[in-house]
This record gives sequence, structure tokens and C-alpha cells, in this order.
Amino acid sequence: MRKIDCNAISEAVARLVIEANVFLPDDVLKALERGEREEESAVGKDIFRQIIKNNEIAASEGMPVCQDTGMAVIFVEIGNEVYIEGDLEKAINDGVRMGYRDGCLRKSIVNDPIKRVNTGDNTPAVIHYRFVRADHLKITVAPKGGGSENMSLVKMLKPADGKEGVRRLVLETVRAAGANPCPPIIVGIGLGGNFEKAALLAKEALLRPLDDRNPDPDIAAFEESLLEDINKLGIGPQGLGGRITALACKINTYPCHIASLPVGININCHVARHKSIEL
Amino acid sequence: MEIKTPLKDDVLERLRAGDRVFICGIIYTARDAAHARLFELLEKGEETPFPLEGQVIYYTGPAPAKAGWVIGSAGPTTSYRMDPYTPMLLKHGLKGMIGKGARSEEVKEAIRKYRAVYFAAVGGAAALISRSIKKAEIIAYPDLGTEAVRKIEVVNFPAIVINDIYGNDLYEEGVRAYQRLEF
Repeated sequence: MRKIDCNAISEAVARLVIEANVFLPDDVLKALERGEREEESAVGKDIFRQIIKNNEIAASEGMPVCQDTGMAVIFVEIGNEVYIEGDLEKAINDGVRMGYRDGCLRKSIVNDPIKRVNTGDNTPAVIHYRFVRADHLKITVAPKGGGSENMSLVKMLKPADGKEGVRRLVLETVRAAGANPCPPIIVGIGLGGNFEKAALLAKEALLRPLDDRNPDPDIAAFEESLLEDINKLGIGPQGLGGRITALACKINTYPCHIASLPVGININCHVARHKSIEL
Repeated sequence: MEIKTPLKDDVLERLRAGDRVFICGIIYTARDAAHARLFELLEKGEETPFPLEGQVIYYTGPAPAKAGWVIGSAGPTTSYRMDPYTPMLLKHGLKGMIGKGARSEEVKEAIRKYRAVYFAAVGGAAALISRSIKKAEIIAYPDLGTEAVRKIEVVNFPAIVINDIYGNDLYEEGVRAYQRLEF
């Protein structure tokens, strides 16, 4: 049993929320550079240049890439060989509070969906726990903006709808979203499981490296053909028209009920942030 | 093209969907919660905390400024959430809005009727945009935090005209030009 102190967890979370909001992952930066080369629309190309310039300014000035520094979505992998001393959930929220304060990140959380009073410290986070056979605690911080989250959905299709039904739903969702989720977007899709599992699969799909390949060859081919179709919609960077609407399309799957074909679609803006640490 | 606020008739008449502009002068920030309050005031026939006549509202909730800075990152937020309130503001003289994403039919109609312009700024380019903001001051609703109304002075704020007074819509035209899939 390895003991992990809650202060170390809070400090790690605080550092991760700041770093995630200021420095985009390399795979995202590379995808943006590629987009700038491949975009045919002159306006679209210029949007890519502004986005790339923005990311450089954010990194050099130590300021957030986007003013919407998101709701802190946190994935925690807890090894069975680890003993956490103290209150893990409190430690994570303390870290969020510290990071959003010290990093000059925006506080975007209201206490109640109807009363809507800002909590003032960006807590609480949304936390997903998973227990694994390991002697580490892995924390992934994925701040998620409201604009792209608002364009996401879960829909329970019929098994008869099949792959074509999934394709239509994805294309309809991306088309309806248009400029709202700040294209170029990343489309995370959860196929299978049940109602809540589909949403979680979609969110987890957004954490995959943009240049990875799905180990299931059929799903890998589906990801590629979907991305191709999405990029024929013409929405383009910022919805002003162009070739590159999405930088990537990722599908995570899970077995499901004989009656169901659950589909979760989680859209991410081009500010695709996530950062991990193992304690 | 450089344009100055408040927006005068000759400028509004000159602007066309697709024009790239650099905005200079005073603009006001307001998003969801502030719009709800402004709308309520106008409904009751009361005065708004800043004059609407000829003015431009920027839909943003900036990140906090670091010590010694004017403002933090400050990019546009999605505009459709302000749609329920917008026709009322346009009726009372608002002439420009900066945000991102398409507007409702009601808003587009009101933009034509009241002769106003809707601009988009690049969503997510918040650090870059913040460089064009030279002064910022909270003038209303400080209890709303990032959603408070700020009076900001901008120099060469980069934006693009989406909806002009003639009924053109850049989102529709731009996508039509590149769409290669019907389904």
C-alpha cells in the first residue's frame, strides 16, 4: 500500500487546471497547423492563423487560450495499491479552487441551474472515478467550455437504425451546431452502453490523441469516413464556410442491450484541453 | 476597414456581410445574466445602466486580469442565447453586436428592421483579442462576476460582418459555397 497525501492531490489538480488552460496538447497544435495548410477558403485559412497566433500568445504570456476556462471535468484512476489519506473529493475541489484563483482563470460555475448564482471559485468539478489494478493515482483534468458542450447530445437509436442511423445523427448534430461550438471541432462519439454510458464514452473519446487509430479496424474506418463526411458539410473554421469543420472524429464503443443503440455525441471546440499526471 | 463606435448611419449603410473590420472606440460587454436584467429594465420602461443608442454590445465574459493587465482573455461567447432579449435591445437603439454563431429568424428580422449589424469575432482566440482592449471598467452588475457589464475601449478589435442591414447572412453564404454533401 502506497500512501498519497491529499495536499499533494490538491496541488497537482491546481497545477493541471492552469497548465491545461494555457498550453494546448501537441497533437492539437499539429492538427491546427495541418488544418491551416489544407483549408481551401481564404477566410478559413486566416481563421486558422489567428487561432495558431492566439495559442502562441497564451503560452508565452501564461494566460488562458480561451476566456471560457470551462467546467473542470476530472477523471481519476485509483490503483488498488494506493491508500489516500483524507477526503479525495474535497482535495480535488480544493485544487480546482486554487488553480482557478492563482491562474486567473474564469469562474464559470453557478450554484443551481435555476437560481444561477456564481459559486465564485469554479467549484464543484465533475469527477469520474475508476478503480484499476495499479499502485498509482492518475488524474486527468479536461476543462470543457460551455459553447461546445451545449451542442452535444445523447440519443437512443433503434438497432435497425444501424451504422447509417449513427452517421445521419452525427451529421445532423454537427450541421445544426454550425458556428456555435467554435469549429474546427473535435467530435467525440460514444456508441453503445446505455443512456449515461454513451455520454461518458463520448467524453472519453475526446481525450484520445487526435492522431491515434482505433484498435478496432471497423470502427477506425467508420471514424475516417465520418470525418470525411463532416468535412463535406462546408461549415468550415468558425462556420464561415470551408473544408475543415472537424480536426478529428473519435468513437469509443461498449456492449449494449438487445433493444438499444445508444449514441452520445460530445463536441469539443478547437481549444481541446486535457492534461494528466500520475501520483 | 476601420470603423468607429458609436455606429453611425453612413457606416451601417457601408457594411456588407463578409467585410472584415477593425473596431475602435467604446463598446460594452454583456452576456446571459446581464441581458436578462437589461431586458427586464426595458420592459418596465426604466433606464439601462448605459445608453443603447448607436452602441455596440460584445458578448463576452472575460477571464480575470493578471496583476498590471487591463483584462484577461476575452473572446466571444455563443450569441443565440441572447436571441430572446436582442429584438428589445435593437428596438431601443442598439446598433451592433459582437459574438459568434447564427442568430434566430426573429433577431435577423429585427437587425433588418432596426438597421443594425451583427459581427463575429474568432471564438477561442481570446488571448489575441484581449490585446485590442485598452481600458476596461465594470459599470453595472458587479455581483455577476465575469458576467458584469464592462465598458471597454478597443483599438482595432478584429471582427467580421455576419448580418448586415440588407438582410445578408455570411454563415449561410459561406457554408453554401463549400457544402459538398446532401443527406
